[in-house]
Amino acid sequence: MGQTLIEKIIAAKVDREVAAGEVVWLPLDVMTARDFGGASVVKNFRQAYGADAKVVDPQRILFTFDCNAPANTVGYATNQMVCREFAEAQGVRVFDVDAGIGSHILIEQGLARPGATAIGTDSHYNILGAVGALGMGMGDVDVAFAFRNGKVWFEVPPTVRVNIEGRLAWPATAKDLTLAIVRHFGTGGLLGRAIEFFGEIIDSMDIAGRITLASMATEMSAVIALIPPSEPVLDFARERSGIAPEPVFADPDAGYEQEVTVDLGDIEPMVAAPYSPANVGTVRELAVERIRIHTGFVGSCTNGRFEDFAPVVEVLGDSQIAEGVTLRVVPATKEVYGELLKSGLLAKLFDAGALVSNQGCGGCASGQIGITGEGEVQVSTSNRNFKGKQGAGRTYLASPVTVAASVKAGYITAPEVD
Amino acid sequence: MAGETLTRGIAFVLADDEGALIDDIDTDMIFHNKWLHITDASEMGKYALGNLEGYSDFPERVATLDVEGLDGFFLIAGANFGAGSSRQQAVDCFKALGCCGILAASVAPIYLRNTINAGMPIAQIPDLPGKVQHGDPLTLDFSAGTVSNARTSKALKPNPPISSVQVKILGAGGLLKLAF
Repeated sequence: MGQTLIEKIIAAKVDREVAAGEVVWLPLDVMTARDFGGASVVKNFRQAYGADAKVVDPQRILFTFDCNAPANTVGYATNQMVCREFAEAQGVRVFDVDAGIGSHILIEQGLARPGATAIGTDSHYNILGAVGALGMGMGDVDVAFAFRNGKVWFEVPPTVRVNIEGRLAWPATAKDLTLAIVRHFGTGGLLGRAIEFFGEIIDSMDIAGRITLASMATEMSAVIALIPPSEPVLDFARERSGIAPEPVFADPDAGYEQEVTVDLGDIEPMVAAPYSPANVGTVRELAVERIRIHTGFVGSCTNGRFEDFAPVVEVLGDSQIAEGVTLRVVPATKEVYGELLKSGLLAKLFDAGALVSNQGCGGCASGQIGITGEGEVQVSTSNRNFKGKQGAGRTYLASPVTVAASVKAGYITAPEVD
Repeated sequence: MAGETLTRGIAFVLADDEGALIDDIDTDMIFHNKWLHITDASEMGKYALGNLEGYSDFPERVATLDVEGLDGFFLIAGANFGAGSSRQQAVDCFKALGCCGILAASVAPIYLRNTINAGMPIAQIPDLPGKVQHGDPLTLDFSAGTVSNARTSKALKPNPPISSVQVKILGAGGLLKLAF
């Protein structure tokens, strides 16, 4: 029997065939820590291996500060200094508070190439599945161990092959497809599994859309969602890394635990209502309720690319954001911010009334863009709406298109649905 | 060796008003993101489950448990326990309060790793609902991969089983103590 994509990635690293259920010590190409978790990684590393211990390979290790950037509490600011000092002493690179979201930086820098293995103190590191890399979020103990040993223990998960059928067209986007999939499988529906996505819609998705889809594997408690790299993804990887990619694909006779075909029909704008990312319905159904919103947020590791902001500008057009509503915009990285600035989209967002923040994670970790208060209703492109996660208010998850239409109308809606 | 792989404790059940085990307890309910800058484990206990409805007094409640002669208390939860973030604090906060192990119907993958890495036994027991009550005396043997409830004299079966590498890490007392 052939191997699945995750099995092939692992097999290439350990020089032998592997199957689901096996335990391996997985060699890692990239090991990172953030401002969140990073200081604990440093602390663990020193306690376990000694104050003078060296990391396994400074070239494969980096820090990214994206949670609280720039720090707005002394605790975070101090943790960032702990990481900076450790990095300097070890000769390790730091992508500082001006860089943006770590997982996106790995993709932009060509560090997360198809077939690569990477870990970080970020539960959405499986975003790297968007380019066919094995990325995994891990805690500060795993990462400290990896900094020293270059490996982590890993139980090869069973793979579920998911064939997506249906049609995806404006005003529906990759986010709506993603929310429909989370609804289908539920919050624990793919717990501990690797997913492989197939289908015509998937094949034609750009990198931004793949990032959106891969990012919400975490919300289904999957280990990772791997998307077989398309030609444009391989071209991108080649251009960014300067190395010809050696993409890995599943064998035609791969041993899947399960093969599921999900027919999503004509995909509509979707929204996840509080307090679960799987509490998903159509915007069409919700729009009739005229749910008054106070805040819109476009950004996060799920929807923070240039391609996510362009449709916001398109939907807003020459209109202003509704009275009594604010729109917060957070580019994922410095590169995205630069694209927005130089293309003129930033000026258009500004003219429509948006508050544009510096690059980073935005609202997801009590970060730089504020939190919601009691009674506040937020419609957000992020990936989690658990109770209390982003403040005391109620957060609805939706696409950038839906957020734009909603901040324009003052209530949750999308183009062409009401 | 067998004696060293046993963990004995009493059950603390995370249940809703109807007595059903709570599913989908995520890491923001366990250890909210506003405390993420904390790196000192002894400071973490007081925030444990601070964002889980009905359990904001969890630290005070577990402080009253009688665990004399035992390793501590076992946390009992429903499916998809520990979903969400990769924060190690969501494990360390329980350790700080004397938690000696976690039994859940299923556990989110990152949380499972973090618990094992911290040297704390954790088992996924799909048919856990209805099998354990508050205060039940439980014994977990990680090398044998068994869990038993002395009140019911019943064994609880972990599935998937506690793997060989997990046994090795637990035996070392945590990943960072593992000779590698």
